[in-house]
Amino acid sequence: MQQNKQNRQKDNRKVLKLGIAGSLLMVGFGFALVPLYDIICDITGLNGKTGVLATSEVKEQAIDHTVTVQFDGTVNSDLPWSLKPQVFSMEVVPGKLYSTEYIAKNIAQIDVTGQAVPSVAPNEASIYFSKTECFCFTEQLLTSGEEKNMPVTFIVSPDIPKDINVLTLSYTFFNKSRLTAAQQAAAAEAHEKI
Amino acid sequence: MSQDITHDEVAHDHHDHDHKPKGFVKRWLMTTNHKDIGTLYLVFALAMFMVGGAMAMIIRLELFQPGLQFVEPAFFNQMTTMHALVMIFGAVMPAFVGLANWMIPMMIGAPDMALPRMNNWSFWILPFAFTMLLATLFMPGGAPAGGWTMYPPLVLQGGHNVGFLVFAVHMMGISSIMGAINVIATIMNMRAPNLGYLNMPLFVWTWLITAFLLIAVMPVLAGAVTMILTDRYFDTSFFNAAGGGDPVLFQHIFWFFGHPEVYIMILPAFGIISEIIPTFARKPLFGYVSMVYATAAIAFLSFIVWAHHMFSVGMPLGGSLYFMYATMMIAVPTGVKIFNWVGTMWRGSMTFETPMLFSLAFVVLFTIGGFSGVMMALAPVDLQYHDTYFIVAHFHYVLVTGAVYAIIAGAYYWLPKWSGHMYNERLGKIHFWWSTISVNVLFFPQHFLGLAGMPRRIPDYSTQFAEFNMMSSIGGFAFGLAQVLFVYIVWKTVRGGEKATAQVWEGAKGLEWTVPSPAPHHTFSEFGPVDLSKLANGEKFSILSDIDEKDDKQK
Repeated sequence: MQQNKQNRQKDNRKVLKLGIAGSLLMVGFGFALVPLYDIICDITGLNGKTGVLATSEVKEQAIDHTVTVQFDGTVNSDLPWSLKPQVFSMEVVPGKLYSTEYIAKNIAQIDVTGQAVPSVAPNEASIYFSKTECFCFTEQLLTSGEEKNMPVTFIVSPDIPKDINVLTLSYTFFNKSRLTAAQQAAAAEAHEKI
Repeated sequence: MSQDITHDEVAHDHHDHDHKPKGFVKRWLMTTNHKDIGTLYLVFALAMFMVGGAMAMIIRLELFQPGLQFVEPAFFNQMTTMHALVMIFGAVMPAFVGLANWMIPMMIGAPDMALPRMNNWSFWILPFAFTMLLATLFMPGGAPAGGWTMYPPLVLQGGHNVGFLVFAVHMMGISSIMGAINVIATIMNMRAPNLGYLNMPLFVWTWLITAFLLIAVMPVLAGAVTMILTDRYFDTSFFNAAGGGDPVLFQHIFWFFGHPEVYIMILPAFGIISEIIPTFARKPLFGYVSMVYATAAIAFLSFIVWAHHMFSVGMPLGGSLYFMYATMMIAVPTGVKIFNWVGTMWRGSMTFETPMLFSLAFVVLFTIGGFSGVMMALAPVDLQYHDTYFIVAHFHYVLVTGAVYAIIAGAYYWLPKWSGHMYNERLGKIHFWWSTISVNVLFFPQHFLGLAGMPRRIPDYSTQFAEFNMMSSIGGFAFGLAQVLFVYIVWKTVRGGEKATAQVWEGAKGLEWTVPSPAPHHTFSEFGPVDLSKLANGEKFSILSDIDEKDDKQK
């Protein structure tokens, strides 16, 4: 009987150790979901982040369908700017380069630096959308009351699935000076990928 | 409440082993006894049920009429958030752990839980966690108000309650994980030597599976809230778009925890119902093995359906289709369970004592909640239901008339065993009918509100929703009052009443009914074989337990 009890205590301790190990493993799994999500998004475009910076190689080939690109711009509540696209939509031929502009204005009494984060909807279209020139690649300084036209040059890949007829390019401007050094570093790293 | 049992019963107790520690501190603060810890868990859960219920009353009071009458919108948002957190982590989960503590060792012939000192610790973390969480109500800026789902960036905008929320969730998580490890160790190592896995009562089975779910997902939640904490205070950018993060990532991590979590709150309820229906139908549970497999299947499916909470967030068509079909698949094992309960009652000699009434209501009303769940699983129509009162109606049908009804049924069922007294059957029946009528008045109109487009988590609404909201509020107040009656019934029963026999219920089967009522402080202290004929599934699967025994000998 005593033997039995000791065996059970040994078994209990084993379950305890396995349980703790399993829990720690699952904490790790929770954190592993962060890079895993980035990888899945890179492949599928799930989070609407646009494709890698494209070279200005323009493929001249017959494309029998056009895509409507809609433009949208917002500013984060921390940023005292206004932002709107010059045109609200464009009919584009996949494979050709197009340019448009956003108009940003600093409505505050002070100079403010902003940084834009782009996003494309529907998400699955984002991997077929790339920009050769964009105000979102660098931070933008607007002096008090300054208005600035900000250009973006983009190309929609000819590989875009036929069932995607409309896509939306959206920018959100964030107040860069409100970010801490660590957040700015993270932002810079993320922007290299855009 | 059980303090009074000691005073009343010590004199009558003739069990030599029944030496309870003297004094409040030794008896309750330092206890390692599974029954005392079970009682602590249940009393704590009941207290939190009342706290969370009071918050629900404030919500229904504000929604009684359109316009803002009683509370500020900011406080209303704190109420919806805290109501959910308190009810999920403070009431339902601790109540199930309390039932597990009380019943599992007695059901499998074990002298106590496998790790009794850890058991004490896992309970005593909880009061501190909830003190911390509830204290935010009295802080400048108030309690968390961004919803219990804690979605960033909203949750990060609420002041310093974020830190308290995160650490409270950490503590609840640690408590749950320790409780789960204890349950697994107890079931795997402490069963009577001749009691095989397929001899175990279904409550034990469902808890074993629930415990694995807890270990798998509570750490993931801990990770997610830690990321919230570092985003808020340590400049990381997990969910901060300006820093290259993605708030949608949080939703994926959260629901990877959140969906299994809802099964954590319902599987033990399935177990309780599977104990009660056979007792009052006086027939063994129909399809015992299929019940075990169905429980395991539901647990497995819970891990692969999380994004059905996120149809409106946007995902590729393939993703929507996958999550839609996978979610609808859960209806299959759940249907098996409902079928088996109905099959158990078929041609049984049923009687309708209070636990049975609550169980029958569970079967009917949980199924209604299940049906609205299948409706929401449809990705195209979910866009209409998302974040409306239809969702609120759905999860209250599965959690109130599901989980809470099962807990109440279990409390009535086992209360005579715990306290040694029969509860007042007449009051029990009043409690049942009062609750069941009012709970439907409370939640059924919310389906219509949701379909008509009323969003959830709002303090004010458009006037066309006025009638159904008033109905719902009246139902809510009545339901709240009925639970005060429940507290009274429990209190009266613990204080005294008709003496309960060891068997308590004529048709009851299981080892817990072989010990006297009230169950002595120590049961099954002599570790050894038990009489399998006392178990519902003892003889049916005795061949399997023989094999188990041989395995043990070979070791």
